Amino acid sequence: MKGNEAIAEAAIRANCKHFFGYPITPQTEISAYMAKRMPRIGGVFLQAESEVAAINMVYGAAGAGVRVMTSSSSPGISLKAEGISYIAGADLPCVIVNIVRGGPGLGGIQPAQSDYFQAVKGAGHGDYKMIVLAPSSVQEVVDCTFDAFDLADKYRVPVMILGDGMLGQMMEPVVFPEKSPKCEQKDWATCGTKNKRKPNIINSLYIEPQDLERLIIARQQRYNAIAEKEVRFEKENIEDADIVLVAYGTTARIVKAAYEKARKNGIKAGIIRPITLWPFPEKIIAETAQRAKAIVCVEMSMGQMVEDVRLATGGACPVGFYGRAGGMVPEPEAIYDVIRRYV
Amino acid sequence: MITIITGHFGSGKTEFAINLALAQKADYIIDLDIVNPFFRTKDAAEKLESHGIKLISPEFANTNIDMPTLPSKIHSALQSGGNVVIDVGGDDSGAVALGQFSNYIKDKPYEMIFVINKFRPLTSNAEDVISLLRSVEEASRLKVTHLVNTSNTKNETTSKHLTDGQLLVDQVSKITEIPVKCAAGRGDIIKKLEGKLSVPLFPLALHLILPWERGV
Repeated sequence: MKGNEAIAEAAIRANCKHFFGYPITPQTEISAYMAKRMPRIGGVFLQAESEVAAINMVYGAAGAGVRVMTSSSSPGISLKAEGISYIAGADLPCVIVNIVRGGPGLGGIQPAQSDYFQAVKGAGHGDYKMIVLAPSSVQEVVDCTFDAFDLADKYRVPVMILGDGMLGQMMEPVVFPEKSPKCEQKDWATCGTKNKRKPNIINSLYIEPQDLERLIIARQQRYNAIAEKEVRFEKENIEDADIVLVAYGTTARIVKAAYEKARKNGIKAGIIRPITLWPFPEKIIAETAQRAKAIVCVEMSMGQMVEDVRLATGGACPVGFYGRAGGMVPEPEAIYDVIRRYV
Repeated sequence: MITIITGHFGSGKTEFAINLALAQKADYIIDLDIVNPFFRTKDAAEKLESHGIKLISPEFANTNIDMPTLPSKIHSALQSGGNVVIDVGGDDSGAVALGQFSNYIKDKPYEMIFVINKFRPLTSNAEDVISLLRSVEEASRLKVTHLVNTSNTKNETTSKHLTDGQLLVDQVSKITEIPVKCAAGRGDIIKKLEGKLSVPLFPLALHLILPWERGV
């Protein structure tokens, strides 16, 4: 399947029966697939009049307690930012997909990873966090989509699946889990009282500052629990490595090609591939920084994740960076040259 | 001769079109894909041009803008009387771009191939395949003349995928009475199928390669 289709099909199989979106390259296949499949399974597909409308429809559906998703690409996510903040402020679960293209502004339609800051540091306003999953293969796209819905429901937070345009457009074989997850009734949802309970209220406005602070602190404790329990990453050969490469998404696969050549040529290289960008795998990077001679971060941007890598190392080892931008994809040869420079 | 390649997106149309143009020593290959932003005929431009095949692609293909404007050179190529291979975008939405050229094509000898990959979720049974095939015909205002089995699961493809896919393609052929032209797959897989399928075999060399597959 194509990466974009895999997200859509995985969402449906994870019991997401509500999708609201607006087309934008290079993620439009998600909407197109949903438009075809949702009517067949009794779900709801709606092409909204804008990204702003789509995210607010997500807000409404999430409040009603159903699994809901929207997808877009970089400029469209900027438009959704306000709604994402409201969703976080109302403690609602939902899944937001960003198939990143070049920016800023209209940028371009070719792949990029320049929305790391937007995803991880908060696109919208306020003290909120969003779990960000960054798959690097179409199979992992499927796995992360299931995971995203479960995490969103478990912690009542918005979860973002962050892929670059290449991941959305490329084709790879996938296997879907045989069973769909069971979705429990959400006792906080506004789905009708049937005269049996007090109405639930979905809201992000709190009149008394004390109330708002109490809520923000409680939410922060939930974020702390996520940071403690939900870090996901993959590592390879970092125990004896002199140079450790850090990359996520499809860039990690390009980096791996360079890393394999380095290993073959006797260079002690290792890889850390963050799968959750928030919570960031800072502990493993901190430990690695104690042993490695250097850490090099590779991104399809001018250097965004590298800031979190530097923070995590606490200055224990030098951190280098290699990046391409504007829709240009790093070449394995260039990364190999960078590795050699640090040895 | 004009050979047109249509089908569901992601089925292997572009790989088939590039290989066919090379095998036929075509004069032109026209990239008519207005649907797919990346992984397109233009990726193989060097290879095609080194074999003397002129590549005509949308003016902004592989750039940073999503502007599906088609160059006027397409008109002259279609009137040249030469050997032309057209790689059409996926589904009926891709075939719309072909419709505007149907007047040049419909009265000439042409082959319109519909490729079928059984392992694409929206074309995994005869009903879905035929429904898409008919919408492609409607959008392009041309008739599908041949079916091609391109069943694959990318790097994990085995000969069994092609033989399984052939059952579906034969079934579609029986219902629609459209003949099967060939089964196409990676060279090493096609070799294993010699004498095992009742249709001609067409080996493919793959040209659309991901950055990490190129090697260092």
